[in-house]
Amino acid sequence: MAGSGTAHLRDGEDVVLAVRDLVVRFKAAGGRFVHAVSNVSIDVKKGETVAIVGESGCGKTSLGKAIMQVPPPTSGSVTFAGRDLTAMGSEELRRARTAIQMIFQDPISSLDPRMTIKRIVEEPLAIWNRGNEAERAARVDALLDGVGLDAALVRDRRPYEFSGGQCQRISIARALALEPQLIICDEPVSALDVSIQAQILNLLQDLKERYGLTMIFISHDLAVVKAVSNRIVVMYLGKVCEVGTPDVLYSRPAHHYTRALVRSVPVPDPTRAARTAVLQGEPPSPLAPPSGCRFRTRCEAATERCMSEEPQLREVTPGQFVACHHPVTG
Amino acid sequence: MSVTTEPILRIRNLDVTFATARGPLHAVRDVSIDIPNGKAIGIVGESGSGKTVLSRAVMGLLPSGTTRRTGTVEFAGTDLSTASAEELRTHLGTGMAMIFQDPMTALNPVRRVGVQVAEGLRIRLGMDKEAARLRAADLLRLVRIPDPLETLRKFPYQLSGGMRQRVMIAMAIACSPKLLFADEPTTALDVTVQAQILQLLGELRRDLGMSMVLITHDLGVVAGHTDEVIVMYAGEVVERARTSVLFANMKMPYTKALLTSIPTVDMPTGRRLPVIEGRLPDPVNRPAGCAFAERCAFATDKCRTEHPPLVTEGDHSWRCWHPLGGN
Repeated sequence: MAGSGTAHLRDGEDVVLAVRDLVVRFKAAGGRFVHAVSNVSIDVKKGETVAIVGESGCGKTSLGKAIMQVPPPTSGSVTFAGRDLTAMGSEELRRARTAIQMIFQDPISSLDPRMTIKRIVEEPLAIWNRGNEAERAARVDALLDGVGLDAALVRDRRPYEFSGGQCQRISIARALALEPQLIICDEPVSALDVSIQAQILNLLQDLKERYGLTMIFISHDLAVVKAVSNRIVVMYLGKVCEVGTPDVLYSRPAHHYTRALVRSVPVPDPTRAARTAVLQGEPPSPLAPPSGCRFRTRCEAATERCMSEEPQLREVTPGQFVACHHPVTG
Repeated sequence: MSVTTEPILRIRNLDVTFATARGPLHAVRDVSIDIPNGKAIGIVGESGSGKTVLSRAVMGLLPSGTTRRTGTVEFAGTDLSTASAEELRTHLGTGMAMIFQDPMTALNPVRRVGVQVAEGLRIRLGMDKEAARLRAADLLRLVRIPDPLETLRKFPYQLSGGMRQRVMIAMAIACSPKLLFADEPTTALDVTVQAQILQLLGELRRDLGMSMVLITHDLGVVAGHTDEVIVMYAGEVVERARTSVLFANMKMPYTKALLTSIPTVDMPTGRRLPVIEGRLPDPVNRPAGCAFAERCAFATDKCRTEHPPLVTEGDHSWRCWHPLGGN
């Protein structure tokens, strides 16, 4: 799996974000390189939520950060609202980036502990001189109300006084302050209790509808992204393996890795729960990714061809694209 | 034919209160639990339900100055609640051991894996350096770490999250404990690695004849990996049953709500997820009646004023005035 290719890309004016041939490489000791993202192309349409799913080390966070240009990718282009972010000067990029915001995994450490909630949410507005003090205060209250917090009770307190779920709501309020078009959520619910996860996922859905947001949702958990995404991109070791709608990917995954991810989700039913793990071992080192298909070292269907020839993304059923020489059948 | 054996751990009327600036915080309330020998028990609850405090109280790991603990904890026939810190220490590692949620912060970042795994062997079992090193390599092999000898020389930062948790497990089982507390052992891990670690814990438990307490917020995790489940809410046991019985016949509306809030791959897309509205009650200022009443769809006036007792029928217990499916 883990191939390149462009078969899954869509044309049209409603594509807000187009990532082409993106490569993220980091220098490592001994003149070697960590191949975090290798020739990945994705696109995101206006109002859509695209999920990027894979294990730790698959490059999903590096991809999200490269879209934000923090740091800029090694090569490739990121076209947002018609303009290539990788070709911009720093001041132009700073302005363009107000339209893209990020929400992170650990809501408590991503908020400054010394600031009041009001200052945290107001900061982006203050930096960009949006409105006078009274207008900003009103806007902060509206944002806090919008994420389900009582502004009067919350605004003068500090992050340590809140639970993880509440801190994530505050992070979301801050991310929305500059009225972004695109929000990149990097594992936004992974650190939360299951009961709170559902609340935050529903909130993100509501906000998406209310503000017409476009979202990229990065997660290792296929179950979590099912409810919120229109399209799912499965990544493995820096490459895209499969792209499709959630219903199709879950009911008939074509990639052996996608199938393993689906089967790894714990089933809350003792009569159906799996006692053994479907995927053994860990991904190989991104310092020296396997030749051909990068998943072949853990794949039950791997052949010699998988070693020598890198699979390209191709359409197996309408809207479902897989990079595999021997896709799952039946 | 059934064989009755003494439980490995017997907790009776355990109560834990912390002194806080706002007043006494009642974290664990009158908990009585038996952990049967050789079984895996799941303790399930949200953050703040008292599940972690309960396990730490048993292990004697709570700060002594600000904590008031009453009730008894009997481990393998010894009353730990009256034991001195020194006596208690003799049971830690060899009797009871614990693994934690975040393997990165639980390991010492500046010491090599080998030193950390061997530490218990040298102190508890009096092994010399070389014997401890070889045994440590055996332990790493036992937790399915490839290249155990090489891994012994590594620092924690050089390992993935899954490998670090395997090292933690190796340390925990080093002195052959009879009871292993696993506190959210897979919450910080990928779903694929979570499946591997849960499988490993199950195999080790059977092979080494350990009992295990698996503490988690996720009912999905306990479904395939425990014999019995205890559900905690606001410091109390609110439901307890054999795992198969619990999932087939949930009595507490809270347990049911916890179950339905789990995102699964079977659920329809684009639909709102069922949630448990609201939050746990303020532990310093608890409501008089059922602690869950405020969030419960079935709550009546009685629930808000009268505290429900734990009702037991056969081997299924629940704490609810209006249990699902009737009394």
